Amino acid sequence: MKQYNENILEVKDLETYFFTEEGTSKAVNKVSFSLKKGETLGIVGESGSGKSITSLSLLRLIPSPPGKIVGGNIFFKGEDLLSKTDKQMRSIRGNEISMIFQEPMTSLNPVYSVGEQIAEVIRLHQNLGKKEAWQKAVDMLKLVGIPSPEKRAKQEPHELSGGMRQRVMIAMALACHPEVLIADEPTTALDVTIQAQILELIKNLQKEFGTAVILITHDLGVVYESCDRVAVMYAGKIVEYTTANELFENPKHPYTIGLLNSLPRLDMDQEELTTIPGTVPSPYNMPKGCSFAPRCAYAKKICDEMVPDLQHVDQISQVSCWKHTVQWDREFVLHEKVGVE
Amino acid sequence: MLLFIIRRILQTIPVLLGVSLVVFLIMQMVPGDPATLLAGEGATKQTIEMVRHQLGLDRPIIYQYFDYVFHAMQGDFGESLRNNRPVLDEIMVRLPITLELALASIMITVVLGMIAGIISATKQYSIADISIMIIALLGISLPSFWFGLMLIYFFSVNLHIFPVAGWGTIQHMILPAITLGAGGAAIVARMTRSSMLEVVRQDYIRTARAKGLKEHVIIYKHGLKNALIPVITVVGLQFGALLGGTVLTESVFAINGLGRLIVDAIRTRDLPMVQGGVLIASVIFVFMNLAVDVLYRYFNKRIDLN
Repeated sequence: MKQYNENILEVKDLETYFFTEEGTSKAVNKVSFSLKKGETLGIVGESGSGKSITSLSLLRLIPSPPGKIVGGNIFFKGEDLLSKTDKQMRSIRGNEISMIFQEPMTSLNPVYSVGEQIAEVIRLHQNLGKKEAWQKAVDMLKLVGIPSPEKRAKQEPHELSGGMRQRVMIAMALACHPEVLIADEPTTALDVTIQAQILELIKNLQKEFGTAVILITHDLGVVYESCDRVAVMYAGKIVEYTTANELFENPKHPYTIGLLNSLPRLDMDQEELTTIPGTVPSPYNMPKGCSFAPRCAYAKKICDEMVPDLQHVDQISQVSCWKHTVQWDREFVLHEKVGVE
Repeated sequence: MLLFIIRRILQTIPVLLGVSLVVFLIMQMVPGDPATLLAGEGATKQTIEMVRHQLGLDRPIIYQYFDYVFHAMQGDFGESLRNNRPVLDEIMVRLPITLELALASIMITVVLGMIAGIISATKQYSIADISIMIIALLGISLPSFWFGLMLIYFFSVNLHIFPVAGWGTIQHMILPAITLGAGGAAIVARMTRSSMLEVVRQDYIRTARAKGLKEHVIIYKHGLKNALIPVITVVGLQFGALLGGTVLTESVFAINGLGRLIVDAIRTRDLPMVQGGVLIASVIFVFMNLAVDVLYRYFNKRIDLN
């Protein structure tokens, strides 16, 4: 194995496009981020921002056609996953990188017992016999806090509640002690009380196994609770990439600021929640410049014309916004001139 | 599960009573008088009345019906008007032949249909898929009596591969089984394809992929068992259609099965034979449905037994 630095996962300029009859949708557009061993990275964004497609791209699980990873690199332990064979990818999926999904109700196969579904992944990657794999599945169910696991293992998904099923999914994902766990909105479909339990469970198991977690969510509360670092996605791009603390203390991208402002607050007496005006642009008809420009209160001419790069604005944060570049003041002058003429 | 089966068996009783009543009434309404027919040409009115009395046909219909049901429950379906042999004996000679034919056909329906459907679904829009779907369309559209004749013409008359008619060996079975099973196979192929395409879009298939399973394990272990659930229903219904189809197929291939027995009995107004034959066919149909329900429940444990 090649040497790699402390980043277990490093994504560089990842591009995943969908080729449909309506046109090409750049669902993931030059996305870069990295993941250190044992840390939790949050990927935040609204529906359609490309966060789920990003996570599926990491395991090369994009439905093709119409989807395709057209560019970039995904370095896992120093090796590019995009140059691996299908066979090599299969030995990584569920073993070194595993994933849990938003819908625990439909993510488990309805016709097999949950024990069998966990044991299957153990047999596949750990070369264990049927009996040992089953025993390990039962142990995993116990580990994720399912009472009377021996009995539960024999049950089928429809006999379990939503929270239970998500615990089963977590047991299945962690059964082979993966180095990276991708959790795609793991709590969205669950009751609020169960949400907290599931997040707590993921956090505890992460500590126990030293797993790095990519937590995909649209819930900033979840980010605040669970993440070390955060990537904010908008229309297929990362617009702000920073630590969780910094995101809440000192947000920089106008979109992030808008998101935080639209959170309900206990310390203020509000009649109505603040919203960001406008809607997300159609993936088939992206603005020429910054994709947030049409909704941005600060937008200037340059924002409509050129796409800003994601770049460091200080030691901690990377932001993709003209407002945080040196061009901004020059642009101001340019605008003025245009105005005069 | 056992309770479920017992309850389902009990539910078949009113169904069978209903069937017997319908069969009985229809035969009453059919024009033509069996007594006249049996007494022979030129029989005096007296002779006809005597025959009618002997057969109990002069009693009230309702009495005749209950009498019939009472005896039928003891396995006595009366005697054939044609040769005075017990109806049940006659049926028991013919039934195994029809069951053999039906089983061979259902095998063709299920095996051919499912394999074609799976190929179609896994290679969607490929040449294989398109060809299979065109053949399936033909399979559904072609009338079986014509299809059977064409098979006889090519494989028996021209190529001499299979016998033209009759029953007894595997060679005899192949053409009739294909004739009878083709339509069902076409329907099963289309059903399997659409069901499979539906299933591979499900979240649990994505989960299976995320586990690192091989594609064929994903398709056959995680996909097929789910995709089969609606297919079972179709196969069950096909078996019913198959029993009806035997009437035509047996006539085309000159096979002495139950279907042909019923047809002949209708032609000769052999009332007890028609009633017995249809009733036995109905019993088989009802129990096939029962078997489908049980299988359905086995494949889909989410079904509430109550």
